[in-house]
Amino acid sequence: MSYHNPPTKPRLSATFDEYTMSEIRRAAATGIYDIRGGGAKRKLPHFDDLLFLGASISRYPLEGYREKCGTNVVLGSRYAKKPIELKIPITIAGMSFGSLSGPAKEALGRGATIAGTSTTTGDGGMTEEERGHSQTLVYQYLPSRYGMNPRDLRRCDAIEIVVGQGAKPGGGGMLLGQKISDRVAEMRTLPKGIDQRSASRHPDWTGPDDLEIKILELREITNWEKPIYVKVGGARPYYDTALAVKAGADVVVLDGMQGGTAATQEVFIEHVGMPTLACIRPAVQALQDLGMHRKVQLIVSGGIRNGADVAKALALGADAVSIGTAALIAIGENDPRWAAEYEALHTTAAAYDDWHEGKDPAGITTQNPELMKRVDPVAAGRRLANYLKVMALEAQTIARACGKNHVHNLEPEDLCALTIEASAMAQVPLAGTSWIPGKGGY
Amino acid sequence: MPTFDLAVTPLRDLNQALHDIAPGDNDLQFDVVNPRGHHAVASGVHAPVSIDIHGSVGYYCGGMNEEAVITVHGSAGPGVAENMMSGRITIKGDASQYAGATGCGGLLVIEGNASSRCGISMKGIDIVVRGNIGHMSAFMAQAGNLVVLGDAGEALGDSLYEARIFVRGKVESLGADCIEKEMRSEHIELLAALLAKAGISDVRPEEFSRYGSSRKLYNFNVDNAEAY
Repeated sequence: MSYHNPPTKPRLSATFDEYTMSEIRRAAATGIYDIRGGGAKRKLPHFDDLLFLGASISRYPLEGYREKCGTNVVLGSRYAKKPIELKIPITIAGMSFGSLSGPAKEALGRGATIAGTSTTTGDGGMTEEERGHSQTLVYQYLPSRYGMNPRDLRRCDAIEIVVGQGAKPGGGGMLLGQKISDRVAEMRTLPKGIDQRSASRHPDWTGPDDLEIKILELREITNWEKPIYVKVGGARPYYDTALAVKAGADVVVLDGMQGGTAATQEVFIEHVGMPTLACIRPAVQALQDLGMHRKVQLIVSGGIRNGADVAKALALGADAVSIGTAALIAIGENDPRWAAEYEALHTTAAAYDDWHEGKDPAGITTQNPELMKRVDPVAAGRRLANYLKVMALEAQTIARACGKNHVHNLEPEDLCALTIEASAMAQVPLAGTSWIPGKGGY
Repeated sequence: MPTFDLAVTPLRDLNQALHDIAPGDNDLQFDVVNPRGHHAVASGVHAPVSIDIHGSVGYYCGGMNEEAVITVHGSAGPGVAENMMSGRITIKGDASQYAGATGCGGLLVIEGNASSRCGISMKGIDIVVRGNIGHMSAFMAQAGNLVVLGDAGEALGDSLYEARIFVRGKVESLGADCIEKEMRSEHIELLAALLAKAGISDVRPEEFSRYGSSRKLYNFNVDNAEAY
């Protein structure tokens, strides 16, 4: 009698999984690293790992939708003669014209204005689409200085010095040739169709002492009227925040690694920086140590999706949040109605991130005139406004349940963590315990 | 002729007065004394005014200048004429790092030497340096002209885009993608005009070499990966 030896089931490697092998084959075939847009896609400790402790007996809740819960925020109250006041603590993050189409920029401006908040320019200068439709506009001052001019500096409402961003702390910009239209080329003083590599460092300052003098210059140029933000990618949030404060920032913008980018190396997006959740408490600690918490405002960005995320960021000590990817989704990015066209690009309407190729079926991350027509700035702006208002309502609802009459009154005490990692990073107790890893009990 | 003594008058008052100049104003000649290394002197000026600064200045003198004619009768710290749009800035002495950085237009004349990264990321400005320039000058320079009567340091024109570089002396080394190019008649003509504009008449354009981009880095090619 012969013994039947069943074949061993093929075992796939956890290290060399299908995605990793496809990436090795792609690199071998093309000789270039994978470039994409967006932020980190891997699962990271995030706001979902925190929960709010609503009021019961030991805390007294406010009546939902009836008792007032403020959402306004003032940014730039430290030095600027004209600080900004926003109706909601949710701003639109810097996204460049060039990366985004003109109608997309207009939609962002329209939506933010209806909701009572600000938009931010991006690498590539200020467009009439955005300035014309954004009541409050933050003008980014980037290492590339593409399109930078004093006329736009004088007509913005705040200036954001970009030192880094969460998707690529320490990395420069990258806009590949296929998206460089005549207009983009002219705005950036570069030939059409070439890859635009922007520097990772500012060309005319090299450290925090220089930054202080740079901020002085920008204040002098704009007669000390406009708030100066300093934006850093989340990597060493305690020291970067402290140095930004020392340099004279009115506002610190802290972008965690779930924050998006128009285009950079996949390996950079997924392997450099810190999760947003892990960035907030060290930054707040720096502000508190310097006696500047709530005096220098903190804006947190990187993967903010709903009112719960907003409320959690504020509870951890932020003054406001900023959204980029979520705003693009609200105005139509990766919309399922273009599913067939996304599939033709070998992707899906939920995963499209090759924004650098300029073929975005939604017409948002492209300079293709035909595709751009798909964005109706008025309708898209309305959708963004709706979304922003929903986020604010959600945050208010949570704040009232915690007994707060302003979203800024949320505090770490209102939170618990679902995982040990989140507990350690957010420095709130693990649910059902008084334990914070690395800290003693109560 | 208004005179501002920065030993007694705050810098803010000087800059505010310069920013408040309106079309039709009569006071279009300003003197600044005792600058004593102050930063951001005459930055953000946007009027056809003449400003003479008697002494040396710190960082970012004449930053983002538009239309003004500024003369520093001394030396300048880092970032002089950064992001200048138009007008003219003359430094009678030496200039520190990043002179004319990201400048979009106008003319910057440095009668002494300039330090490293002169003309970094320049976007249309013309820079004329009578002396030498330091390393990494014209790094990622996009447009405009950098003219050097003396020598240039290491890695001149690294990752250069479309800016033109003219050097009369020796070049320590060229940066990635920067090559020496033929001086054709149109370049002689252009250079002669720049020298004349800078008030330089004791050198001839034919004595200069021209450098520019080989454009090999304009679109990614893995075979040039060492240069990225």
